Amino acid sequence: MANETAFNILDPFSSVDLGIADKTDGIKQWAISNRDLIQPIKRFFNEMIVGIDNALNTMPPLVMLLILALIAWQAAGPRVGILVATSLTFLGFLAPNAWELAMTTLAIVVSAVILCFLIGLPLGIFSGKNDRFEAVMRPILDTMQTIPAFVYLVPVVMLIGIGNVSGVIVTIIFSLPPLIRLTSLGIRGVNPSVVEAARAFGASPAQVLFKVELPLATPTILAGVNQTIMLSLSMVVIASMIAVKGLGNEVLRAMGRLDAGKAIVGGLGIVILAIVLDRITQGMGQSGRERGHRHWWQGGPIGAVLRLLSKPNQTATGDLKSET
Amino acid sequence: MTDRDPSGESAVIDCRNLWKIFGKRADEAMKAVREQGLGKLEVRDAFGCVVGVQDASFTVARGEIFCIMGLSGSGKSTLIRHINRLIEPTSGQLFIEGQDVNALSARDLRGLRAEKIGMVFQNMALMPHRTVLENVSFSQEVRSHDARARRETALRAIDAVDLNGWDQKYPDELSGGMQQRVGLARAIAADPSILLMDEPFSALDPLIRRQLQDKFMSLSANMKKTTLFITHDLDEAIRIGDRIAIMKDGQLVQVGTPEDIVTNPADDYVADFVAGISKLELISAGKIMEPIAAFEQRRGPIDLSDWPEAHPDQPLDYLVDLSIATQHPVVVKVDGKPLGIVTKNALLRGIKGETPGEDIARAAQ
Ligand SMILES: Nc1ncnc2c1ncn2[C@@H]1O[C@H](COP(=O)(O)OP(=O)(O)O)[C@@H](O)[C@H]1O
Ligand SMILES: [Mg+2]
Repeated sequence: MANETAFNILDPFSSVDLGIADKTDGIKQWAISNRDLIQPIKRFFNEMIVGIDNALNTMPPLVMLLILALIAWQAAGPRVGILVATSLTFLGFLAPNAWELAMTTLAIVVSAVILCFLIGLPLGIFSGKNDRFEAVMRPILDTMQTIPAFVYLVPVVMLIGIGNVSGVIVTIIFSLPPLIRLTSLGIRGVNPSVVEAARAFGASPAQVLFKVELPLATPTILAGVNQTIMLSLSMVVIASMIAVKGLGNEVLRAMGRLDAGKAIVGGLGIVILAIVLDRITQGMGQSGRERGHRHWWQGGPIGAVLRLLSKPNQTATGDLKSET
Repeated sequence: MTDRDPSGESAVIDCRNLWKIFGKRADEAMKAVREQGLGKLEVRDAFGCVVGVQDASFTVARGEIFCIMGLSGSGKSTLIRHINRLIEPTSGQLFIEGQDVNALSARDLRGLRAEKIGMVFQNMALMPHRTVLENVSFSQEVRSHDARARRETALRAIDAVDLNGWDQKYPDELSGGMQQRVGLARAIAADPSILLMDEPFSALDPLIRRQLQDKFMSLSANMKKTTLFITHDLDEAIRIGDRIAIMKDGQLVQVGTPEDIVTNPADDYVADFVAGISKLELISAGKIMEPIAAFEQRRGPIDLSDWPEAHPDQPLDYLVDLSIATQHPVVVKVDGKPLGIVTKNALLRGIKGETPGEDIARAAQ
């Protein structure tokens, strides 16, 4: 009692209790009394995640592998296509259940990234256009990136319970900031005289955004998406502590049982997924100039198919070979 | 539009007492300028504001090419951006074909920009992610014209600037001169009645600049568009402009025809500019001749029979050619009636830009 009331000027912190921990703990009460509000939201997200998970897992692994390799080829060229195909083959052979676990992890990551994109793009655009909003966002984003995940793990679980939905939310908190930052950076980096020219020729603010700013900011925004994907993958082990399945869960269980083999399988799986997703998104992020000013559908497998389809027409209409 | 005065009827662009002060405290600064007559530097020190344009008034008639000339930082870009309201004035009014631009709604303003005004920028400001065709058809795209019509008008504009066959290229595949041709095509594609050109050729090499000036002048002779043309190069202004305004520290210090500016500079600042300009094509015989009566009084009766003849509107350049071939002075005649004489000395002084008043006074001594 005595040392609680005695205020020591040299050590004011131990004698004053603002009760922040207690107050924050009250969130539990709030969550319990607002179950009706939270449950439908939770159900919606859960259905989305389960839907993606089912879609990825019902696809035969070899077909899925081929699709991913083709996407990689389209986005980043034939070399990356081959890299992705070999990496994924290796992943499949790591363990009999590795492919299934990887697809579950991929489903969580994809859900988190889609939601990040839906939240992060508008926020990023707005903070790219508004200095005051950017100034407010900056410390919030810093907090989201640096606060240990365990701190928000607890309140999120209290609000929503354990499972995939909480896992996705925790992942979003950690991996959203780079997308917002890089979207803002991309919008700010657009040459102001081009924006001015668009306005001078009668473009409305929305037309300026969609016809000029977003297309020119796309490489930077895609770099943000790439970062977001990488960070979500790095959250899968932590997310597995709140009952999210997949590769992260393997690593967690291996830790509990000191099973180095299982840990390697899970860990390598995560790394391979990271490489695959990184290369694909980096390929997408190339600007038009780097691609030699072709549209994305003019190269890769789609371009090859289109060329095959248009060949018969060309010979039919006459001697147009000189064009190619 | 009750405040439109009758004299402004024929003016396509009518700018009245336009002020632009940049900075957070622009309105306070404006008030202080009005009440206490603060200058540019005092405003900067007292309010931390930059005066971009000071009390600019001018009109541009239909089909006229009006040049604004000034050193960099004199406020030319700021002034031209008021015409299509890319910048809002701190005070003053601007009418386009009698319509107060600053009273337009956002939607009407966009219509005005897309359909009535074309703009060309010093740094081209082409959209790097769009092909030449897509750049040129931008103003019609934002008005949602259908794709075929868009393509046709854009191709016509691309043809007008001699860029046939380049329509599917991207801007960074083109040279600087070609890029600015695209800028010009984009400005004329929607067939606007007004062209705003902010130092369009300044960033180009001298040779390419000359080519583009010629291209622009031949285009503009056909199109007869009302043009506000900005430049920091007096030679260019004289070549292109029907009238020239000289701008200094945000003020229009003199407005007049090229000949006016060169022969009667309003102050030392303008005189300095004019000093380096060739007068050969600008000053006419009528300006430097000595009246025939004065000449005869000085030299006694004369026999004009084998003296070369010129019209008062013919430039010094022509008189020089005449004088090279003969010993005699040139007779200035209208309808066969001699009005005055241009001696070799008078011609030489004219080339130096000396005014006829001085000329005659000195000759009389
Ligand atoms: N947005 C702005 N904010 C503050 N000052 C500006 C702004 N735009 C232009 N200025 C100032 O106004 C003056 C005129 O600039 P500008 O119109 O670009 O000159 P010019 O086109 O003749 O080179 C310069 O002193 C410039 O620094
Ligand atoms: Mg300028």
